[in-house]
Amino acid sequence: MKAMVYRGPYKVRVEEKDIPPIEHPNDAIVRVSLAAICGSDLHLYHGMMPDTRVGMTFGHEFIGVVEDVGSSVQNLKRGDRVMVPFNVYCGSCWYCARGLYSNCHNVNPNATAVGGIYGYSHTCGGYDGGQAEYVRVPFADVGPALIPEWMDDEDAVLLTDALSTGYFGAQLGDIVEGDTVVVFGAGPVGLFAAKSSWLMGAGRVIVIDHLDYRLEKARTFASAETYNFSEYDDIVVHLKKITDYLGADVVIDAVGAEADGNFLQHVTAAKFKLQGGSPIALNWAIDSVRKGGTVSVMGAYGPMFSAVKFGDAMNKGLTLRMNQCPVKRQWPRLFEHIRNGYLKPSDIVTHRIPLEHIAEGYHMFSSKLDGCIKTLIVPGS
Amino acid sequence: MAYTAHTNKQAETSDELRARIPGWGADLDPKDRPSVPRLKFDPQASGAHWDFPERQKEKWPRERSIEHKFLTPVFGTSSPPKGLSGMLRKYAYARFSEGRAAHWLILLAADRVDAIESHLASFATGRPDNPITETGIRTEFRRSGFPTRFAPGRVDRAHTWIDPILVAGPWILAAGSTAAVARAVLRRSS
Repeated sequence: MKAMVYRGPYKVRVEEKDIPPIEHPNDAIVRVSLAAICGSDLHLYHGMMPDTRVGMTFGHEFIGVVEDVGSSVQNLKRGDRVMVPFNVYCGSCWYCARGLYSNCHNVNPNATAVGGIYGYSHTCGGYDGGQAEYVRVPFADVGPALIPEWMDDEDAVLLTDALSTGYFGAQLGDIVEGDTVVVFGAGPVGLFAAKSSWLMGAGRVIVIDHLDYRLEKARTFASAETYNFSEYDDIVVHLKKITDYLGADVVIDAVGAEADGNFLQHVTAAKFKLQGGSPIALNWAIDSVRKGGTVSVMGAYGPMFSAVKFGDAMNKGLTLRMNQCPVKRQWPRLFEHIRNGYLKPSDIVTHRIPLEHIAEGYHMFSSKLDGCIKTLIVPGS
Repeated sequence: MAYTAHTNKQAETSDELRARIPGWGADLDPKDRPSVPRLKFDPQASGAHWDFPERQKEKWPRERSIEHKFLTPVFGTSSPPKGLSGMLRKYAYARFSEGRAAHWLILLAADRVDAIESHLASFATGRPDNPITETGIRTEFRRSGFPTRFAPGRVDRAHTWIDPILVAGPWILAAGSTAAVARAVLRRSS
């Protein structure tokens, strides 16, 4: 089969690989019909995530058709169209029994601090991902779900991470009616977090980025008020000014490890890997939320230390909430919202490319070229 | 406005927002959201029909965190450790917990070694690494690639110049080193 393969920082290519075999009785093998490049894939692509091995296939956002199932699989059969959450999880450990599917203890031997994620380095379990023609899906009776007849494939693939994560980020903000919500980052997760904040009753939603084309999308897709931080000497002061000098009730970090806005922080983290991530957006979140407010962190950071302004968080009495999204827990409600027309996730898709063009897809997304917001990969096209 | 107990922060009323934004307030009740309550014990909800999963076959001594009691029953099988990078990775896992910076720094170092090993090994295959195609740089010259880097407001221009150094630097160093060694060998033999 053809598969995207990592060749070292900033380099990927398509190679011929063996179709993955069934390795466990509850495995399924899924023929991928649609995949996506996620912003967090860029952390792997740039060599920021420890134990990212040459030869690994990335991709944790994908849907497809069941090609084969293991002997203990009861809920899926060959030919089923399935959407697969980015979390690999067993469904039965202490964490899974409490709904923390993203923190499963039975699927990642390499680390206890993170669960299993498809195609996301050995630090997240060493599973090959879905930017390929076929992918192994462990615990087929637990993770995947049948794609409803009425759902578009592009909406389905965005439910496997980006939409669910953005919605989860808004939930972790504990938004109450009338709250002012600031979202740092107008990428896919930020756009979905902004849109979801309205569903939870926000009175005002503000999105911050430095890319005008993405801020335009935040205005049209998420009905948000937007500010380009490059136009302000200090975006935190500006946010204080427009919130009666109190600060926002809730701030969502939808940027993560490669945040821009401070040369030193960005370069030490994203270029020279001396921090687990560039905490610019997170520090701005801590500074721009009001005292006693909530910061929700959806941006992904590496496992190393980062220079986070923790003293301010303590002195302001903040609630910091964060986790990888337990995706499937969000789906029943999100299915309703899509069906009711409140959410149309595929509206953020800007590029659709064949798997063979994956290197250009990564470069374009990484460098924010050609108005790129979300790129879908179509194997076999 | 003075600092008082009240603030006039909401410009639009809830009714106005409901009329303007489709779905506004659909999840208004904080108690009726998918991730509420936290840590809700419901072992049947996932669909798992086992207390503890069957164990996947271990095809090579699988490296694992020493913070785990045992090898997890299921694990990824991509890219087994090999070469010097594999030795470094096995050492990082066997010796240091996730709480130690050494664990992650050795793994990061192993990643760089892995890239060098793999680039060198690729020259012994029918498909050597190609930095032009593998970096996807041709996108700069297709669609509206390169010009979009100069859109107003982009702050990433401040550090974009570092990327070519990070990508091409090792190749230039390797080429220079190879040329220097070859020149030295030729000089000695002549």
